[in-house]
Amino acid sequence: MSSNFNVVEMIDISKSFFGVKVLDEVSFSVAPGEIHALAGENGAGKSTLMKILQGVYSMDSGEIQIAGSKVLIDSFQAARKYGIGMVFQEFSLVPELSVAQNIFLDREHKNRFGLFDEKETISKSKAVMEEIGLSIDVTAKVSTLGRAYQQLTEIAKAIAGDAKILILDEPTASLAKEEVDSLFKVLKQLTLRGVSIVYISHRMDEIYQICDRITILRDGKKIAVSALADITPQQIIAHITGRKDVEMLTHEGKSVERSSVPIFEGNGIKVGNRVNNVSFKLFPGEILGLAGLMGSGRTELVRAIFGMDKKDEGVIKINGSEVSIKSPRDAMANGIAFIPEDRRRQGLVMEHTVKQNILSANLSSLSHKSFLNFSKINSVVDHAITNFEVRPAEANREVRLFSGGNQQKVVIAKWMATNPKIVLMDEPTVGVDIGTKVEIMKLVRSIAAEGKSVILISSELPELLGVCDRILVIRKGEIAEELERKEVRDEDHLQMIVQGIRI
Amino acid sequence: MKLPNVRKIDLRATLIYWMFAGIFLFFAILLHDDGFLQSNNLLNIFRQTATITVMAVAMTFVISAAEIDLSIGGVAGLTSVVCALMLRDYGLIQGILGGLAIGLIVGSLNGLLVSRVGIPSFLVTLGMQGVAIGFAALITDYHPVPILNDSFNTIFGSGTIGWFPGLLVWSFTAVVIGWITLTKTTFGRRVLATGGNRDAAEFNGINTKNVKFKVMLISSLVASIAGLLYAGRLQTGRYEWGAGDELSAIAAVILGGTSLFGGSGTIVGTFFGALLVGLINNGLILAGLPVSQQQIIRGMIIILAVALAKKK
Repeated sequence: MSSNFNVVEMIDISKSFFGVKVLDEVSFSVAPGEIHALAGENGAGKSTLMKILQGVYSMDSGEIQIAGSKVLIDSFQAARKYGIGMVFQEFSLVPELSVAQNIFLDREHKNRFGLFDEKETISKSKAVMEEIGLSIDVTAKVSTLGRAYQQLTEIAKAIAGDAKILILDEPTASLAKEEVDSLFKVLKQLTLRGVSIVYISHRMDEIYQICDRITILRDGKKIAVSALADITPQQIIAHITGRKDVEMLTHEGKSVERSSVPIFEGNGIKVGNRVNNVSFKLFPGEILGLAGLMGSGRTELVRAIFGMDKKDEGVIKINGSEVSIKSPRDAMANGIAFIPEDRRRQGLVMEHTVKQNILSANLSSLSHKSFLNFSKINSVVDHAITNFEVRPAEANREVRLFSGGNQQKVVIAKWMATNPKIVLMDEPTVGVDIGTKVEIMKLVRSIAAEGKSVILISSELPELLGVCDRILVIRKGEIAEELERKEVRDEDHLQMIVQGIRI
Repeated sequence: MKLPNVRKIDLRATLIYWMFAGIFLFFAILLHDDGFLQSNNLLNIFRQTATITVMAVAMTFVISAAEIDLSIGGVAGLTSVVCALMLRDYGLIQGILGGLAIGLIVGSLNGLLVSRVGIPSFLVTLGMQGVAIGFAALITDYHPVPILNDSFNTIFGSGTIGWFPGLLVWSFTAVVIGWITLTKTTFGRRVLATGGNRDAAEFNGINTKNVKFKVMLISSLVASIAGLLYAGRLQTGRYEWGAGDELSAIAAVILGGTSLFGGSGTIVGTFFGALLVGLINNGLILAGLPVSQQQIIRGMIIILAVALAKKK
């Protein structure tokens, strides 16, 4: 095999679903030992292209070459035969089996009695781990590992299966900073062994940190391919969104009246050992950001405010008077809405339509004496779809068929239909393309402009800096800093504060 | 990207009607000389499936909420026995109320154990099934208890309105109430949301424990109404009445197109599913097959039909 050939060469791939072209003569190639970023908005065709490479979809026209020779990939097994490995976003591991057992699942080593050879499996697994520079106890049950190690196990599994090309789809979405670093170390190690990696991500900093080249898709067409050294982030964003003037998230200075009674006041909130003695106020029309590392207690705090989890101590006041919030129902009755961090698991019923999902949170306002009022439902749903620019604008389409960004818009639309006074948002832009991210942040601003108050959790500091009036930095379950937006110079400054580094 | 409005025919959603029509035609041709198409026989199919239909309507709610109820057959049997005993010893109203009380008690227990204690409904109701049948056998010492009250028998199953069997009124009423509740009320939406994604439903402010409690309670209450219908039609209370009905009811619901994993349900589909089960039973009897062969063929047809109704 000559290394002059690209490992993967996809030439003029076209694919249509129901008469709509989702891929239009897209070419894509990966060189040996390269980490190649694949970027584009949700719905640009990234996952369709990768699914064709994995044999999940068949292409309408085009050609795939592996190491220089034309191949037919018509099934998952065929893709595996050609060394194409996928690291699944939803991990394909069996939680009750050990790391070693998972790595060799379906390819178990047998001893001379034809029984499962645990020893051999463990030693082979250790060898694989060593090869890619990982120290994981291979006898540990997968369910006892954190998300990052599960993901690394998934990679080890692909490598043990002799994968030459790894496809990673948003691998860092749920990882903390240090975990991302160890993942990247492993990826670099793999490229030294000649493994090529297709890296799908929305995070610009990661792409620059780890990738060699980038291919950008938009609306099913290849827009650009470039070495990352030769392209600026602004250019990438412009290619992705197709808009000449990229609306970066710039802060619009606005003053919040804080002499009045706060709409929300929390005093001494304590939740187990995750949230400790947290007190803060929130004023009408204010956007309050919660910054902090993963696991700092931000999510636990808002969950307790919404009544999802029990708080051990603390008082909540709405408009100055104390209220008891023991369940989401109590919170909703007090005008609180919650856009949770995992929209697939917590935000939506994926198999239900947009209309049914919007209805679920608004049952009492859209019914009379427990009978549903369909004309009211239709008008509220239609209004929500237009107002929040859900695309395609089809009320009776199942939400699982929408892109991540549009699913999130459905979640937001659903909650805004409850006409809340306080909106809690936990990582509203995770897994959402850049164009939609900007739209969602604009929505946050417009919600506050209507006089509603927002508590926003985001790990993307530019977002917090773009919309918040005030930022609370949470560290180890406590409020470490309270900052006016004006006091923060830039992202680096906020990053230092979040990490607890004094300047 | 705007996708065009492609309306693909959802085979799974309409499958029950095709299967119903197909099997009906099959029997109509094959069993023509055995009187399959005579109006009397057709009415009989309805009559024989009335209890299954009633229970399957409630089961649609249970399965849509991602639960299951295996105790309905036992509840029907125990209800028929308690009703017959109380009718004999205390009177009509006491008999009816006593029967319904069984549904209320068992349903509340099932509901509490499933929603509050958190035991899977499969296990709770499997155990409860045994308790109910055993209890019914115990208090009657395995003997049937005759019901001599004509008004009871007329209302619950033996009566007719002109040529129209009273049992049909019961099953149509159940279907209509079930359909309205599932599609037109907030309770129906809560059931579907809970079954579709319990976490999301909880975040939506839906009290999912309450929903699960209610579907288990409704299922048992309706099973006790079915028990009264058995008692009235067969004019006896007996521990065996309803035995195995849970499987027929579940088959009817799944055949009808309700997802076994919760989140989607259809009452009209369930109605046709129940009729299909009745149709198969009737056809096999008319064909003169012995019970053993009926059981084998019925089992195979149901597995085949559910396999066809499965997604994809």
